[in-house]
Amino acid sequence: MENVIKQKIKQIKKGDQAAFEDVVSFYQNKVYQICFRMIGNAHEAEDLAQEAFIRAYTNIDRFDERRKFSTWLYRIATNLTIDRIRKKKPDYFLDAEVKGTEGLNMYSQLAADQALPEEEVESLELQTYIHKEILALPPKYRSVIVLRFLDELSLQEIAEVLEIPVGTVKTRIHRGRETLRKKLRHV
Amino acid sequence: MNCKQEVIALMHKYLDDDLTQPEEKKLRFHLQSCSDCQAHFHELKRTISLVKSSSPISAPGDFTANVMSNLPQQKKRNHYMRWFRNHPFFTAAAVFFLMMFGGVFSAWTEDQQVTVSKQENLVIQNQVVIVPEDVTVEGDLVVRNGDLRIDGAVNGDVTIINGDILEQDSVQDSPLEGEKYMAYVSGEVNEVNQVFEWMWYHTKKTLEGVFSLGNGE
Repeated sequence: MENVIKQKIKQIKKGDQAAFEDVVSFYQNKVYQICFRMIGNAHEAEDLAQEAFIRAYTNIDRFDERRKFSTWLYRIATNLTIDRIRKKKPDYFLDAEVKGTEGLNMYSQLAADQALPEEEVESLELQTYIHKEILALPPKYRSVIVLRFLDELSLQEIAEVLEIPVGTVKTRIHRGRETLRKKLRHV
Repeated sequence: MNCKQEVIALMHKYLDDDLTQPEEKKLRFHLQSCSDCQAHFHELKRTISLVKSSSPISAPGDFTANVMSNLPQQKKRNHYMRWFRNHPFFTAAAVFFLMMFGGVFSAWTEDQQVTVSKQENLVIQNQVVIVPEDVTVEGDLVVRNGDLRIDGAVNGDVTIINGDILEQDSVQDSPLEGEKYMAYVSGEVNEVNQVFEWMWYHTKKTLEGVFSLGNGE
């Protein structure tokens, strides 16, 4: 497959836009998964993954063909996602008073704590719980955990994607793993 | 509980497939005797399998089509950029020539003011630089955009850019003028009046600079 992708990239560099379609369909799930696991929202994940592919296309000339395309593509995707996470600021604060009311703050606008019966079933679902716990990790641990256990990249590849030393990758994986252990031990 | 830090580090190494044989033995040996660590190890392994068990997520069905429809059209400019990127040597050469000629021409046209290399005791009058009679200028003298009159003496080369050497006012000296002024200037006299000469002068100067640098080392 590596070779097929290499061939396609040569075609893209020559200006064959259609060749990019195969590259997208080959990598779309991986890239989408990275974005989704890190940002935690399907809509934004799609947006980010799309942006990542478009950036890869417009900067294809800068891609060094001796290296692995997937690493380069994942780097674009993780950088975009991390940027988005950093820029994300809360749009509203729960403590803020609701306009036109006296003493009512945003807390009163939230739904009651008890979930609806069908939601309860959903939230009990292990998958959702794990996903939430991964999202609760600080972004720098989240990225290594996602790349390591969901995309099953090697430590070396993660180091290349995130442009950090392998030693740092290890430390982050250890810390992330410990944090998750504490959260998931009772599951 | 002192064992923890060290053993936990070993556990993580094990999970990264980083463990050496003696370390593995040590870990195994410890786990057999310590139930706390055993539980910890078990939890870690379970955590990983839990995380890994998350079902893989697929991109929405129309994802590829969406990406393709949002791609920018290939621009002509891209071809030029590509060409430049693929031929860095030509690009560098082109940039170098542009800068060099640009620099020389702008230096030629920009300063129309009279400038003299910094020697003391020179007099500047109406675009004329005068070396007064009782003055001996040490070192090379460069005059730009002005004429030069030497009444005294210059101990070095004289270069006049965009100007002339004026003959002395005193008429009685004129027969001797040639010899006299050669005598006053111990080095070479250069006059530079045209752009091409100016460029030649620049090149010569640069080369001299290069060679003197080479000699200096």
